[in-house]
Amino acid sequence: MKKSKRFWLFILLAVVIYSVVQLLISTGVFGSYYSNTLILMAINIILAVSLHLVIGITGQFSIGHAGFLAVGAYISAIITMRLELPFIVGIVAAGIIATLAGLVVGIPTLRLRGDYLAIATLGFAEIIRIIFLNIDYVGGAAGMQVSHYTTWTYAFVCLVITIIVITNFTNSRHGRACISIRENEVASDAMGINTTFYKVAAFAIGAFFAGVAGALYAHNFYIIQPVNFGFLKSFDILIFVVLGGLGSLSGSVIAAILLTMVSTYLQGFPETRMIIYSLVLILVMLYRPQGLLGTREITDFLKFKKSRKGVAQHVE
Amino acid sequence: MSNKPLLSVQNVGINFGGLKAVSEFNMEIHQGELVGLIGPNGAGKTTSFNLLTGVYTPTFGEIIFNGQKLNKLAPYQVTKRGISRTFQNIRLFNELSVLDNVKVAYHSLAKNSIVSSILRLPSHFAGEKEMEEKSIEFLKIFNLHEDLYSLAKNLPYGKQRRLEIARALAAGPKLLLLDEPAAGMNPQETQELMSLIALIRERFDLTILLIEHDMNLVMGICERIYVLDHGVLIADGTPEEIRSHPKVIEAYLGEEVPAVHA
Repeated sequence: MKKSKRFWLFILLAVVIYSVVQLLISTGVFGSYYSNTLILMAINIILAVSLHLVIGITGQFSIGHAGFLAVGAYISAIITMRLELPFIVGIVAAGIIATLAGLVVGIPTLRLRGDYLAIATLGFAEIIRIIFLNIDYVGGAAGMQVSHYTTWTYAFVCLVITIIVITNFTNSRHGRACISIRENEVASDAMGINTTFYKVAAFAIGAFFAGVAGALYAHNFYIIQPVNFGFLKSFDILIFVVLGGLGSLSGSVIAAILLTMVSTYLQGFPETRMIIYSLVLILVMLYRPQGLLGTREITDFLKFKKSRKGVAQHVE
Repeated sequence: MSNKPLLSVQNVGINFGGLKAVSEFNMEIHQGELVGLIGPNGAGKTTSFNLLTGVYTPTFGEIIFNGQKLNKLAPYQVTKRGISRTFQNIRLFNELSVLDNVKVAYHSLAKNSIVSSILRLPSHFAGEKEMEEKSIEFLKIFNLHEDLYSLAKNLPYGKQRRLEIARALAAGPKLLLLDEPAAGMNPQETQELMSLIALIRERFDLTILLIEHDMNLVMGICERIYVLDHGVLIADGTPEEIRSHPKVIEAYLGEEVPAVHA
């Protein structure tokens, strides 16, 4: 009962945020600068949350997320620009093809652990980038022109779906299996969890939403180039997750919002931008090494008082 | 007792590179028995547990459990066939609550798919409800129901050991492997552990194989004991037989040196 109440509260909140922003955009209070920033923010949140499932929940240190972003971006661009199909088809296809890419990469590499997995996924992302760089059909190094189809509505609906799907996955026996892999893979295996299956599943779901984000990303910038999907992009996404707190979905959402704002604001100071951005990261890591929210969710903080009381009663 | 053993280990061995960690390991365990596995440090006790549970694949020999060959199965498949275990160094899911630790072991109880969980279909709720009820019921037996929502890492040591046993049992084994369950416990806790083992054995109709250094515990509750030394089985028999077995005494205390006359 209580859980479904929280669900409807989330939907209500989402509808309110959506309508307010949509109203501000349609009345012209928010110009294209603000609406673009908001769309970018939504895309970044989708990326952060999808990587959170892989790193924060399942504990698989993958740093090739930009690879799936690239797959989604190019596939959707091919579908809308070359095949001239509707944008929505592009979004879905981007997700599906990225999932397939996730399976192709995940099945062989997820038997690796820690650093080795990180290097393998990083390598994969570079391979994807080089492939697109060398295909003339998608423009090679010059890039591919893409119409601007991404609107606040598309971005926000995709964002809400991402959060719901990943939250529901996490709060189920399947999500618990993934967390048990993060906590202790050997014990998880010994408890009858098919660890390979769940690692690949989490990886594939993460790749799906990265692909969706890629579709939104491609249709927001008029042009996509392989250079946009280098390893720095992967690190950007990784930073959202680490900064927000490994294992905290709301943490990665908040980190994605904050860092998008910081980096957009700093575009006014191109010379010092990366220095300040890096300083922000260093400061946060110095004073909150566990990330902004640690492993907890924002809703845990709301329940905090109650649980304190519960503990007190036990002590008595 | 039926004639067919529940677990039959035939000439099992494993090499790591050139090192023979365990060789020609033979063991038979019948339904309902409580068997001990002892040996000095580095004798290969935990390695044989890892062989039985699929962590390692044996280089030689066969492991037959309940009429099925286990040799090449992955650990999770072995667990599904009815062998589960605890670990020498506790391996709980630290950041999960006590309840969730047990729920992970009940994972296979529910059959709903990933899609049904994402869409929150009725099968998801039915599965979760069943797991939750069973887990709570189960934790009551282990007297852990007051700590349902504390994180596993915050439990005191004795309770962590108990939770690990509870979790292993929740996976529904016919054969339970306990790897040094009394390690780090004081005599009173060990005593409690012994009665807990007796209780679960009765209640769940279990067969138990345990590794232990605490000789009081081993001699006190095991019906039969196997002794390993340097990866080789040197003796097996009842506690009385083992106590006076010359090879066992040699392995533990060293060879008897004939007195040298000056």
